[in-house]
Amino acid sequence: MVLDTGDSYVTADGRTIGGVLMEMKNITLKFGGVTAIKDISFDIREGEIRAIIGPNGAGKSSMLNVISGFYKPQEGEVWFRGAVRGPVKPFQVAQEGIARTFQNIALFEGMSVLDNIMTGRLTHMKTNMVAQAMWWGAAEKEENENREKVERIIDFLEIQAIRKTPVGRLPYGLKKRVELARALAAEPMLLLLDEPMAGMNVEEKEDMSRFILDVNDEFGTTIALIEHDMGVVMDLSDRVVVMDYGKKIGDGTPDEVRSNQAVIDAYLGVSHD
Amino acid sequence: MTGTQNQVDDLISIPALLARNVRDFGDQDAFREKEFGIWQSWTWSEVAEEIEAMALGLAGLGLAKGDHVAIIGRNRPKLYWAMVAAEKCGAIPVPLYQDAVAEEMAYVLEHCGARFVICGDQEQVDKVIECQEKVSSVEHVVYYDPRGLRKYDHSKMTSLEGMMASGRAAEASLRADLKAREAALTYDDTCVMLYTSGTTGRPKGVVLSNRNIIEASKASSEFDSLTHDEQILAYLPMAWVGDFIFSVGQSFWNGFCVNCPERAMTMYENLHEIGPTYFFAPPRYFEERITILTIRMEDAGRLKRNMFKYFMAHAREVGPDILDGKPVGGWDRFKYWLGNICVYGPLRSRAGMSHVRVAYTAGEAIGPEIFDFWRSLGINLKQLYGQTEASVFITNQPDSEVRSDTVGVPIPGVEIKIGDNGEVYYRSPGTFVEYYKNPESTASTKDPEGWVATGDAGFIEESSGHLRIIDRAKDVAKLSTGQMFAPKYVENKLKFYPNILEAVVIGAGRDHCCAMVNIDLTAVGNWAERNNIAYGSYQELAAHPQVYQTVQEHIEEVNRSVAQDEMLNGCQIHRFLVLHKQLDADDGELTRTMKVRRAVINDKFGDLVDALYDGSKEIYTETEVTYEDGRKGKITATLEIRDAAVQPVGQRMAAE
Repeated sequence: MVLDTGDSYVTADGRTIGGVLMEMKNITLKFGGVTAIKDISFDIREGEIRAIIGPNGAGKSSMLNVISGFYKPQEGEVWFRGAVRGPVKPFQVAQEGIARTFQNIALFEGMSVLDNIMTGRLTHMKTNMVAQAMWWGAAEKEENENREKVERIIDFLEIQAIRKTPVGRLPYGLKKRVELARALAAEPMLLLLDEPMAGMNVEEKEDMSRFILDVNDEFGTTIALIEHDMGVVMDLSDRVVVMDYGKKIGDGTPDEVRSNQAVIDAYLGVSHD
Repeated sequence: MTGTQNQVDDLISIPALLARNVRDFGDQDAFREKEFGIWQSWTWSEVAEEIEAMALGLAGLGLAKGDHVAIIGRNRPKLYWAMVAAEKCGAIPVPLYQDAVAEEMAYVLEHCGARFVICGDQEQVDKVIECQEKVSSVEHVVYYDPRGLRKYDHSKMTSLEGMMASGRAAEASLRADLKAREAALTYDDTCVMLYTSGTTGRPKGVVLSNRNIIEASKASSEFDSLTHDEQILAYLPMAWVGDFIFSVGQSFWNGFCVNCPERAMTMYENLHEIGPTYFFAPPRYFEERITILTIRMEDAGRLKRNMFKYFMAHAREVGPDILDGKPVGGWDRFKYWLGNICVYGPLRSRAGMSHVRVAYTAGEAIGPEIFDFWRSLGINLKQLYGQTEASVFITNQPDSEVRSDTVGVPIPGVEIKIGDNGEVYYRSPGTFVEYYKNPESTASTKDPEGWVATGDAGFIEESSGHLRIIDRAKDVAKLSTGQMFAPKYVENKLKFYPNILEAVVIGAGRDHCCAMVNIDLTAVGNWAERNNIAYGSYQELAAHPQVYQTVQEHIEEVNRSVAQDEMLNGCQIHRFLVLHKQLDADDGELTRTMKVRRAVINDKFGDLVDALYDGSKEIYTETEVTYEDGRKGKITATLEIRDAAVQPVGQRMAAE
């Protein structure tokens, strides 16, 4: 199926995938003499779940950091919502509607789950710090509105029981869920997940998969994720980009990717000369 | 025998009670549920409106008089209302255990022939859809939480909201029919059908009429003077008769408020917030809370720990007497008052029991120490005895006559007698109508005069008139030596140790007894943590030599105590093992109400039983386990079998 930038289609399970939301054009990223990403192009469509896979050191996390604007590629362009993106500061990325989770959990360990998720709402708060500290007037109203949004996310991710627990006391699987909650609190258009299932047992993985599908379905959030667990990736995603040694070796639906010889070689280990 | 007073008042069905509550307590809170972190409440008037809309909706979907409506989900106000709405339509609500796997669910749906199923969320909907492959009766599924269900085929599926909206829209055309159906309800129409978990065989559908539920609710409410001011927390499975009696029967009879927790996981927190005045929990719950408390106190500072020890010792001495209104000296009263400020009050508050006027426990025997602990804190914890077939209540303990070893006296309207074989029989207005589509079982349980066999062996204590239960009648057997074998008697003694969660004693028809034990992961896990013992799983911890040593000490102590009992001293445990997996309802080893299924265990762990009796030191075993989603897996283990010291009963008797 060849689609144009503005085309949309309906998936077998009834979701509508829209036009191109973000496009990578000939991205090359170097750290000194090391080329982490070499001339990669692909796009992410509105409403889809897009996976980036590849063996260790393939450049997946670097790619995610390019998407999030944290790394600036030496060559190539990042197009977001129909325009080339210039150099951006992290808060600008958040304001543009991109949120992410991290491979190594990056939460405020000493703060409660609720407070952690509330930090995700920062970009939606307009009142100044003094008014917020005094909790007065517009600030009070604003906090209540934001709290309600956060409570809906807590309900959505089924973490009511740990609402007031300090994050540092939680087991790993729950921390991952709190991180997802914080990213969702920003109400992103594009959600980036860096190995959302790493270190989880089968049951936790199933829960997390369900949440990812539900987020995509209920909120229509576009999701780009990196994941090692092949089963999970193939089940979840609409399209998959496969990277190996910084190059794109495959791109397409899970079925196409699965039967791609270059991908099979990369995973089974063919010598690279 | 059957009181006609209610009929005079026209309070002959749950919808009729609802109408009365709207009239008398219309503005008072009837239901609450915590959602999005805030308690939402509905008054009786609001509840009546919602139920009306649901009934209209159900009628609009084509629910006919006499249909069965299955209800599956966790405790949520809307699901309780759906049950009442079904009754309003002249249909029969059938609440199902929400943690049942699809296979169990299919049996019940098939058996009751439910045309409509009301599900709490996607998980339940998925199971029902799976059942529909086999069960053809289910025509329409109604769901409450729409999450994840948008993409499902909606030709035979509606959201509860949608159903209520279309019900309201079609009110004009449905109203007259609905009113006629409600008016046609009689005292002897079925109020609810509940499936018993059944320690043997397939579940049976117990048909309870309006008369059963209302008379039982009335008598039990009067027994403990419940009023419309009570607050209860509805957290036990909706399919269990107790929850139906407390959250629907007694709540609608008295007009008191039912609070639903946010999720099962938040129950402790919600309990603390609500502070119910009337509370029920199985013995396991009271044990668990003490286990947690003990662990906390072990981790606390010296001052706190000493204060706790000192005042708890005092409470154990005088607390129950103060509660029972017996004479207690002035100095002791002062010390109890002081202890109440420093220790008992805060403990009660933490446990969410500050306002409890009456608390019940039932279902299993409760350890005397556990029972006394709660009573010494000033909590009026009582034991009651009942079963689904009796609409719960058979006996209950009157205030000031509360003891850990009896289950109390018959509540008004209930008669009890002891059969020749020691089995307890009862007859009451709450006695069930029949087992649905099962006349043989009905006939073998209930005789033509209305006496029902409980299946429990017990006796009435001469001095107090209280009933005492020994064991399940069918479990009481004989050893090959001719001595009496009552497994539960020994198991309960074992389970009173915090380290032991579950125990199964074997010995019927053999010359001595052996036991299989489950350790309590909370208690033993904490012990392991404090002693720097690393473990990766339940299985690993259970096989630890020191854990075995501890269990052995407990068993030997129990043996010493069992040896004292002349009737049951043959039940001492000679050999034991600690099981490699926790007994689980999903694997069929326990019932959904956490009772041991002996036949299943004897069959499934047959190799272990053989090893216990053939003298081997260890045994390799493979066991199939079922995961939460119904898939199966396998665990393997090599279990150690140990001998426990037994008291030489025969010799001592000879020496005497």
